[in-house]
Amino acid sequence: MQLDDLVENFEFLDDWEERYRLLIDLGRQLPELPAEAQIEENRVEGCTSNVWLIHEVEPGHPPRLVFRADSDAFIVKGLIAIILMAYSGRTPEEIQTTDIKGLFEKLGLEHQLTPNRRNGFFAMVERIREIAAKEAA
Amino acid sequence: MSFAEPLQTAAGGLDVQAVRRQFPVLDQQVNGHPLVYLDNGATAQKPEAVIEAEARCYREYYANIHRGVHALSQRSTAAFEAVRGKVQRLLNAPQEKEIIFTRGTTEGINLVAYSYLRPKLQPGDEILITAMEHHSNIVPWQILCEQTGAKLVVIPISDAGEISLDDVEDRIGPRTRFVGVVHVSNALGTINPVKEIVELAHRQDVPVLVDGAQSVPHMPVDVQDLGCDFFVFSGHKLYGPTGTGVLWGRYELLRAMPPWHGGGDMIRSVTFEKTEFADPPARFEAGTPNIAGVIALGEAVDWFLGLGPSAVAAHEADLLGYATERLRAIPGLRLIGTARERAGLISFVMDDAHPHDIGTILDGYGIAVRAGHHCAQPVMQRYGVPATARASFGVYNTRDEIDRLAEGILKVRELFGG
Repeated sequence: MQLDDLVENFEFLDDWEERYRLLIDLGRQLPELPAEAQIEENRVEGCTSNVWLIHEVEPGHPPRLVFRADSDAFIVKGLIAIILMAYSGRTPEEIQTTDIKGLFEKLGLEHQLTPNRRNGFFAMVERIREIAAKEAA
Repeated sequence: MSFAEPLQTAAGGLDVQAVRRQFPVLDQQVNGHPLVYLDNGATAQKPEAVIEAEARCYREYYANIHRGVHALSQRSTAAFEAVRGKVQRLLNAPQEKEIIFTRGTTEGINLVAYSYLRPKLQPGDEILITAMEHHSNIVPWQILCEQTGAKLVVIPISDAGEISLDDVEDRIGPRTRFVGVVHVSNALGTINPVKEIVELAHRQDVPVLVDGAQSVPHMPVDVQDLGCDFFVFSGHKLYGPTGTGVLWGRYELLRAMPPWHGGGDMIRSVTFEKTEFADPPARFEAGTPNIAGVIALGEAVDWFLGLGPSAVAAHEADLLGYATERLRAIPGLRLIGTARERAGLISFVMDDAHPHDIGTILDGYGIAVRAGHHCAQPVMQRYGVPATARASFGVYNTRDEIDRLAEGILKVRELFGG
């Protein structure tokens, strides 16, 4: 699913329960990270749920960043699916200029991006931005 | 609203609806539903009397304590010091001067670790704790072990979440220097046989600290009956302000302890050659404390004693029994912590949903529970779960709210395809 379709789908649903149902489905469809990638080194700090994030640089002019991620919680997996749609396969510059907050507002999920060091999902977004900043430098 | 509204029913039980009306925060909608607050183990809400006591201090008589001859300072000092007597009554402590104000349970444990125990430790000495401690009753001791070469010894827990006194006895040896034990587990709800543990430890002259963070708000506590040497709890879990807590210690132990923090208000005399320290409790209360917070903590203690700790315990035992019954009936739900003696909370996992998922969906229905490792990661490891969902009760919770919780969990099950 592309981002535009996703936003359209979400806008169609005014009930939070339906939105979460969709989010859970997105999470179910997210390809699992192999167990060997679910290691401490790839874990993003969080206390309510675990998030693992890996990335590759696709060479090119400019290079593109491909992200893969997973979580043990379905709702978080769904959020990861959205984040990957927005960020994965993009150039570092595109990542840095993506309005992720605006996207989550459109989806009615902005509260999920509350800065909270206990929230592995928020930490994952931060880490993607750090990786993009490093690659852009 | 009248603070004088009676909180007991004619039959002598708690009038929970009257209690609820004293908590302004409970009267709100969350995500379109009336708030069901079941995260009291993390922190409890505040009654009007406590909010008002803190505000009144700032409005009417706030000043620094122990320092001024002026009227406001005298009033603040008197109000602050009066709280020691209230806490003494709460804990049935022998003496008022044994009550030390802290920022919370964590600070109390660290104070005892650094001031009491560290100077006594030699390489090979042992500190005994249980496998159900909160990180705040693990990490301070681990740091001491690293610094001194002492060893942390852990009493295991059964599948139900209980420790055995035989295990305790076996592990108290000639090198045991200290026992730290949680009164009520924040992750499992287990009430530990603290009195018996103290007896075993004292036979070998080993002192015991009891972490009462999750017991004081839920039951009568009597430190003389428990027989322990140190007892700590947090004000914010007892319907008092954040940033307040208490360390109680036997006076002869406190008097022999060096200060932990140096500064103002804890000295008798200071020259550049030598400083004479004040006696406890002042010795352990360096710097300006949370004056208005401690004063409001006193109000919380009075309020709680007014309800009656036994009446609170009876009400919450009813909620716990009812919640256990309702949740056990939900297919695919497993309770974590099924000890015979439990208080205050119910911890669970589900086959189809991660605790984070459970917490998120329940929030959609206005139900606040905690999802996570509860700062007790070794407990999670013991049960092979990454986290649990936890509903923890306060005196204002009702059976109707337990029904809402159970309905919410059924919705979770439906959403995640149970």
